[in-house]
Parts: sequence; C-alpha cells; structure tokens
Amino acid sequence: MSRLFVPLLLLAAALFAAAPFVVANAPFEETMGLVQKIFYYHVPSAMMMFVSAFVCGIASAIYLFRRSAAADRVAQAAGELVVLFGLIVLVTGPLWARKAWGVWWEWDARLTSSLLLWMIFLAYLLVRRFGGPGSEKLAGAMALFGMANVPFVYVSVNYWRTLHPKTSVVMTLAPGMRAAFWFSVAAFVILYVLLLTLRKRLEDRQATVEQIYLAIEE
Amino acid sequence: MTQFLRVAWVVMRKDLTIEMRSREIVYTTVFFAASCVLVFAFALVREGRPLEDAAAGILWISIAFAGTLGLGRTFERERHTETLRALMLAPSDRPAIYVGKLLGMLVLLAIVEAVLVPMVGLLFHAPVFARPLWLAALLAAGTLGFASVGTLFAAMLVRARSRDVLLPVLLYPITIPVIIAGVRGTAALFQATPDEPMARFWAALLVFFDVVFVTLSLWTFEPLMTE
Amino acid sequence: MVFDFDRLIVDDVSRHFGRRRALTHVSLTCRAGTILGLLGPNGAGKSTLLAILSTLLAPTSGRVTYGGMDARTAGPGLRGRLGLLGHDLYLYPELTARENLAFFARLYGLDDAPARVARALAQAGLADRAGDAVSGFSRGMRQRLALERALLHGPRLLLLDEPFTGLDDASGHALVTRLRGLRDEGAIVIAATHDLDLAEGLLDDVAILREGRLLAVPHTSAPLRERYRETITAAAAAPPGERAR
Repeated sequence: MSRLFVPLLLLAAALFAAAPFVVANAPFEETMGLVQKIFYYHVPSAMMMFVSAFVCGIASAIYLFRRSAAADRVAQAAGELVVLFGLIVLVTGPLWARKAWGVWWEWDARLTSSLLLWMIFLAYLLVRRFGGPGSEKLAGAMALFGMANVPFVYVSVNYWRTLHPKTSVVMTLAPGMRAAFWFSVAAFVILYVLLLTLRKRLEDRQATVEQIYLAIEE
Repeated sequence: MTQFLRVAWVVMRKDLTIEMRSREIVYTTVFFAASCVLVFAFALVREGRPLEDAAAGILWISIAFAGTLGLGRTFERERHTETLRALMLAPSDRPAIYVGKLLGMLVLLAIVEAVLVPMVGLLFHAPVFARPLWLAALLAAGTLGFASVGTLFAAMLVRARSRDVLLPVLLYPITIPVIIAGVRGTAALFQATPDEPMARFWAALLVFFDVVFVTLSLWTFEPLMTE
Repeated sequence: MVFDFDRLIVDDVSRHFGRRRALTHVSLTCRAGTILGLLGPNGAGKSTLLAILSTLLAPTSGRVTYGGMDARTAGPGLRGRLGLLGHDLYLYPELTARENLAFFARLYGLDDAPARVARALAQAGLADRAGDAVSGFSRGMRQRLALERALLHGPRLLLLDEPFTGLDDASGHALVTRLRGLRDEGAIVIAATHDLDLAEGLLDDVAILREGRLLAVPHTSAPLRERYRETITAAAAAPPGERAR
C-alpha cells in the first residue's frame, strides 16, 4: 500500500482537478438544471459513507472477537470517515433540496436514513472520546450494531415516509451523465482509500509511540 | 441448555426479589413514565386540547425514556456492589447472565406499559382495547427490541466513564427503527377503523429486529464484558 | 467432568493499561496446600495480579496455567474451581444472608444447596442472623459471609484481596485459622495483604510486588516485617535498569 500511496494521491489530485470540467460538460438534467450537478458530489459521498460504515462495523467485529488492535485502528479511521462523508451528504443534500423543491429538509427516505446513520457513528466517536479506558470495545459494539441496523433504518424510514408522500429523489440518468457520474465515484473511492490509509497510519504511529513508552520502563 | 436457562432464571429471580423488597425502581420508573405522558400531552397541543393523533408516539416515547431510566438504575445497583464481577466469575455461560438481566427488564417494562396503555387510552381517547392482541404483540416485540440492546449497552457501560449520558447517546439512535415501527403500528391500530395489515407489517419488522439484535447481543456479551 | 488442578503456574505475565505498566514479567508457582502472601505497597499490582488469576482480566503477555491448562482451554468449568474475595464483598445488601448464599449456590449449580448454605452460615457464625438483610451487618460479619460465599463451591484456588481490612482482632485470628484449615485440605490460598503481623504465622510463602515487578525475598528466619522492609528498601535504592527479578 505504501508504494501505491503517492501515485494514488497524484491520481486523486488529477481527478479532482479535472472534476469541475467533467461535471460542467455533463448534460443538464431536464427538471432541475444546473442545481442537479450537486448530485456528482452528493451521491458518491453517500456511497462512501455507507461503505465506511460497513468497514467500521466489520473491523469492529474483528476487534471484538479476535482482539486485533490493528482492526481497532481501522475501525477508528473508518468511523471518522463515516462522519466526514456524512457531513458532506447532509450539507449537499439540503442545498440541493432547497433549490430543487424550495425547502431545506423534506424527510426524503434516503437523506433521513443517512442522518440516522451519521448520528450513530457520531455517537461512536463520542464514546471513543468520552468513555474512558476500555471505550474502544464499547464503541466497537456501537459500530457493529450500527452496521447491522442499516437495513432496518432504511426499511422503517422508507415505509414511515410513504405515509407522508413528498417529492423523492428519483432521477433519470441520461447516458451522457453516466460517464461523469462514474468519474466522480472513482475520484471519491480513491479519496476515501487515501484518507482511510492516512488516518490508520496516524493511529499506527500513535500505537508505536505507546509501545516505546512501555518499553522504556523495562 | 438447561444450565443456561437455570442460570438466566436464577439471575432474573434474584433481580425481582431485590426489587420487590424496596420497589424503588418500579415506583419511580412508572411515575416518571406517567409524567412523560403528561408533559407531552401539555406540550403537543392543538386548539387548546392534546393532540389525539399523538397518542401512539407519546406512548412509545414514554416507554423509551422510562426504559432508559430503569436500565440505568438497575445496573447502577450492580455496579455499587460490584456484584456483576461475581456473576461473571460463575462457571456458567456468560450470555445466560445477559438473558437473566433482560428478562428482569422486560418484567419492569411490562409493568410500566400496563399503567401507560390505559392512561394513554384515557387521556387521548385512544381505542386501546379495540385490537388488544395486536397491540400487545406490538408492545411485546418492540419492548424486547429496545430492552435487548439496552441491557447489553447498560451492562457494558457499567465500568465506563460518563455512563449516565452515554447510555441514551448510544441507545436511542440504534433503537429508532423500533420506535418508528412501534409508533406506526400502534397508530394504525388507533385509527377509527384499525388497519390490521399495517400493524402486522410493523409487528413483523419488529420481530425481525428482535431476532437480529438478540442474537448480536448474545454473541457480543462475553467479549464486551471481559478484558 | 469436573475440572481440577493441583498446580498454578504464572509464566512471565505482564499487563499494561495504555501507557501504564501494571505488571512486568511476573512468574511464580504454587502447589496445592500452600498459602502464598502477596505483599507490596499500594499500586504495586497486587489487585491486578489477583484479577488475572481469577480469569477476570487477561494478561497482555505471558500465560497463567492451572494444572497445565490456561483459562481459555479450560473453559467455564475452571471458574468453578476458583473463589475470589475482593475488596467489595460481592454481596447483595437487600437480600438476607441466607438468600445471598442460596443465590450463589443456585448460580453455581451446586447440588444439596440448602445443606451447604446451612453449613456455610454456621461456619460464618451467622446462623442466628440468617434471615436478616446484609445491609444491617457490620464489616466483620459481611466479611465472614463473603468468605463463605467464596468457599461455597469448594474451590481449589482461593484468592483474597485485603481480607483482614476492617476486621477486629478476634475475627482476624478466626480468619487465619480458617485459611490454615483450607490449606490443610489441599487448597491454594493467595492473599494480598498489608497486615504483616497476622500474615506472619499464616504464610507458607511470600511474593513481594513493587511497581509491577516481583522482588527476590531473602529466606532468612527474620520476622516478616523486617524481611519485607529490607526487600523494599533494597529495590528502591537499586539504580533504574537494574531491578531484581
């Protein structure tokens, strides 16, 4: 991974530099026009948020059952990224909604589910920070339960919503948009991998420092 | 298997015996739940009278709040005497201890609900006896879902810092699907013509939730409680 | 199959909590029919070692074997052969003395529970207070009850954390006699204590911990208090990096 890091970093930089042009050149969507282009940031961020939630959940399970400290570090990094990408989703979502439907929040099923997932992982970070010694295990349980909850959250919010029918984010994906969309997804995936690696490495360094402290006293 | 059930039963009986001596947790939790109902009744008002459509929501919120309080108090007792350690030392399957504690919580919440349901029916003119079996099924499945996650979290937080505030912080986001399902299902039953298929759908979702999360809790109890 | 063992081996056990080293390379062996005293200043790691021996805590390195098996391979049956009497006595104050014992007897799945409970109450000298809630007991009475609770299932290894704290003279001596009796029946008793006078006549063997390390104890015929003081001051005076092992 370390050898790939710099090439990937350059690639990500290139993709993000090219992004405004790619996005501007993509065809306009019929109903929403220019505003719809936020979709190229909003959806990949949401995808990365969910992916990160699963990474965090699985890493936490490995930490709980195999006591692997490395897995716990991955979980920490992934947990923070859920909150980060979730923040992007929850900021771009209302921005889009405001322009498209005139209100900031519409209890759209997907946006609401994302909010709940975001809060679950925000709680994850709170426990890690304020739970005192041994809080990694508590947080691990939270992440595991949060990940297991994703289908339930989605189904319940979806069916809860249908009783208050409002406009939903149903879009037609014209062929010209597909290229731009997958371009965005690729850029975000690489960005996610880079951030995850970087953050995990920071934790690894921290763990090494702790080891050194312990060894000194010997 | 019988050993597992025996241990769970013994733990539950012990908890109920202790509680019956002072009845402190039962009285205070039921009172708190009733106060919640009143607070919401006064707060959610339309044209100077309580919002009758809010009956289902108020019922479930009060159960959730009372449940969190009860969980905190029950485990505070164990923490005070460090007896949770003594339980972990027993030569039994550790998840059996979790089941025993869970059963105790279910009894407490059943008592709370036995008071709240008629109260909500009275104050909000809700037809709580229209479909009693469906209502009972929803309450049972929802309470189990809430209590199963709650008991696990409360147990694992016993030795943590800031445990009083962390329990609701962790519990509420995870149990939101339970609240949604419970409220929507109950609201369907409280309608002028009760919507049974809808109630059935939400009850099924709750049962699904229960199966997944009781299993997860049984699975993670031992690794979480040991260092 | 009832698991049993006659030898406890602590093999190079270390335990740290974050940056704090609680135990460093501790090794010792105990055979059946021994009373080992765990001495040392506050914060030396005595409670941590007892927690590890009772399987409530896992070491970060090293192993503890009970008759050749460690905690994981031996399974829950091992816990049936261990008894722990901690600082907090693990009694339910709202329950009566009899109910406390009966609960633990049922929890441990002991047969003949009522008879065992009656015997334990008699041993603790609490037969006449059996129906009273523990919240009304004095420290000494609770200690006696808690000890009987820890012994209810006839453990092979008995771990005691400061058992003499708060006991008056008579109770202290009664406890010494009780522990000697257990030792003669083949139990391994490990007691962490500050009470060197009472420990004097009781201990077969002594392990002194300081800052998580086991110190070498002189096997002279000097009184325990003197040997203890000698060992501790020698360790404190030793330059860092040259600790006794």
